[in-house]
Amino acid sequence: MLNNLISAEMPKLPIADWVDSAVDWMSMNLEGLFEGISVSIENVVDFFTWIFMLPHPILFIVILAALSYLAGKWKMALFTVLGFLLIWNLGYWDATMNTLALVLTSGLISIIVGIPIGIWCAKSRGASNIITPLLDFMQTMPAFVYLLPAVTFFSLGVVPGVIASIIFAIPPTIRMTNLGIKQVSGELVEAADAFGSTGAQKLFKVQLPLAMPNIMAGINQTIMLSLSMVVIASMIGAQGIGVEVYRAVTQLQIGKGFEAGLAVVVLAIVLDRLSQNIFKPAQKRRNA
Amino acid sequence: MPILSIRNVSKLFGPNAAQGVKLLEQGQNKQQLAKEKQITVGVNRVNMDIEQGEIFVIMGLSGSGKSTLVRMFNRLIDPTAGQILVHDKDIMKMNAEQLRQVRRKTISMVFQKFALFPHRSVIDNVEYGLEVQKVEKSQRRDKAKQSLELVGLKGWEDKMPDELSGGMQQRVGLARALANDPEVLLMDEAFSALDPLIRRDMQDELLDLQEKMKKTIIFITHDLDEALRIGDRIALMRDGEVVQIGSPEEILMQPANGYVERFVEDVDLSKVLTASHVMRRPETITPDRGPRVALELMRERGVSNLFVIDRGKRLLGAITAEDASRAVKDKLSIQDILIPECPVCPPDKLIGEMFEQSSTSPIPISVVDEENRLLGVVVRGSLLGAMAGEVNNEGVNANAEQLDIG
Repeated sequence: MLNNLISAEMPKLPIADWVDSAVDWMSMNLEGLFEGISVSIENVVDFFTWIFMLPHPILFIVILAALSYLAGKWKMALFTVLGFLLIWNLGYWDATMNTLALVLTSGLISIIVGIPIGIWCAKSRGASNIITPLLDFMQTMPAFVYLLPAVTFFSLGVVPGVIASIIFAIPPTIRMTNLGIKQVSGELVEAADAFGSTGAQKLFKVQLPLAMPNIMAGINQTIMLSLSMVVIASMIGAQGIGVEVYRAVTQLQIGKGFEAGLAVVVLAIVLDRLSQNIFKPAQKRRNA
Repeated sequence: MPILSIRNVSKLFGPNAAQGVKLLEQGQNKQQLAKEKQITVGVNRVNMDIEQGEIFVIMGLSGSGKSTLVRMFNRLIDPTAGQILVHDKDIMKMNAEQLRQVRRKTISMVFQKFALFPHRSVIDNVEYGLEVQKVEKSQRRDKAKQSLELVGLKGWEDKMPDELSGGMQQRVGLARALANDPEVLLMDEAFSALDPLIRRDMQDELLDLQEKMKKTIIFITHDLDEALRIGDRIALMRDGEVVQIGSPEEILMQPANGYVERFVEDVDLSKVLTASHVMRRPETITPDRGPRVALELMRERGVSNLFVIDRGKRLLGAITAEDASRAVKDKLSIQDILIPECPVCPPDKLIGEMFEQSSTSPIPISVVDEENRLLGVVVRGSLLGAMAGEVNNEGVNANAEQLDIG
């Protein structure tokens, strides 16, 4: 009796309807904007794919190994060579290059957009108060939920995959940029002010260089997170290794799934080490 | 005209800070403000004039508001009320660009924990102030090198700050401030993070530099010894207020109130007072007089020795009563009984360094200037008296006390 009364008295909030009508309104009225974004992202991905497919796999592996050697040690270079030879051997070369292009595109956009937002958060308490909960929301909302509006706005293909990856992967760059700038010691900021720096001079000569280790950690996280989105992105038509994994899963091909998964792992480890260490040798040289 | 004038400057913290200044002026005290309005008074209506070329020390214990005060001089912190006049221009009324010009050209700062930029080499740190002014690269490099040479760090240009010891890092901090060739140097506890020996060296070097450069230096410290050592004038702060402003001697000898008195009572006076503070009027005689006159003079003044000076007041030596009476008996002249090697010292000698000299000599120490003119004498009694905090200039019977104690 009581239960009936309560459920009768309390209408359900129509959040779903609100979101639906908002998405409808946006897809009706902002079509031009989405079209523009879609074309430019697609071009970037195509460009990266073209670059990666251009050299023969052997040449590509040699270049990547050289980079790994610069960033780390010969062990890292050896792992890169063996890992990518394995990918080539298994026949996932093209898919892996597609995935690499997707990851680098979303990583690059995350960095270009995320670092300025992070700086803005560090400079303005108001911005930080609004953006921080937004970041929490973006990271905790299940990633599948982004896919539907992304498809609505950008149709099927690689673009909604990139967009969903950016939404999921951009928070660490913003957070770590913000944190890195805030952690610069107050006395150093005072010193920059006391010698008559402008705001931009203070930012570029003192705050950003000192925040660099934090920012790099954020970028590393961002790249890793966007890689973790490739399988999900493949569900809405993004090309790449995720497609192979997804197909293996739906067709219950355990062995195939393992092979494709292995390719993701190799790519992940190489990207992680590269993005972690690429700036470290420069610092070591300076300290030596 | 003072180079920097502070007029009624206050800094209050809390939600109704602006209102708090009025309440302070109406006579409410800090405890009331803290309780009723949640206002903390950091700096309370401070007034001071800092003159061109002096070392002005602002001293106080931690929490006395001295660091807050000095940060308002270049507006790293904005005061709640009051005026800060640099060359008679109120920096509170300046726009961002004018303020930057003051910070670039007029006032530089040296920080307690050095605040060197860890990602820049020594020379790049020193160049920073010129770099933000967009001074041309080769020109600023030259200036930075000169500045580093001045603080004795030639050859360390390409090191990173963390490769240097604390003392050297602070020299870099000093060089960075000097590279802008500012008129005013703000030094916020600049030597407090250094260990005592290095600290003394740095104090000496700062004084040397000041001889050469004649900057106006505003030096913040919590260490009274440091304040007394380097300050031309000292402002003593307590709870955000200035308690007393004066020369080191005035602070020591005429404390404005009980607080200053307690503050200075533990001072090691032997490291502050000099011969000129404790010397007394000497009893003298010229060498053309006879020993009989000398004896008579000693009897009259109640002393056991006399200083022999020529007409130009230049010290020739000393004679004792015993020698004088022997001279009367043996018909000798004052020249014959003169002791030429009596102990002397310059007027700026610290009294702490005079005890040994004083205890090994039967004759009081004479204070002479560079031309050997006798300025006064220092007896053991006045040394001990000074250590106990009694300095009465121009004592009457200086030589007598030496007799009593010796």
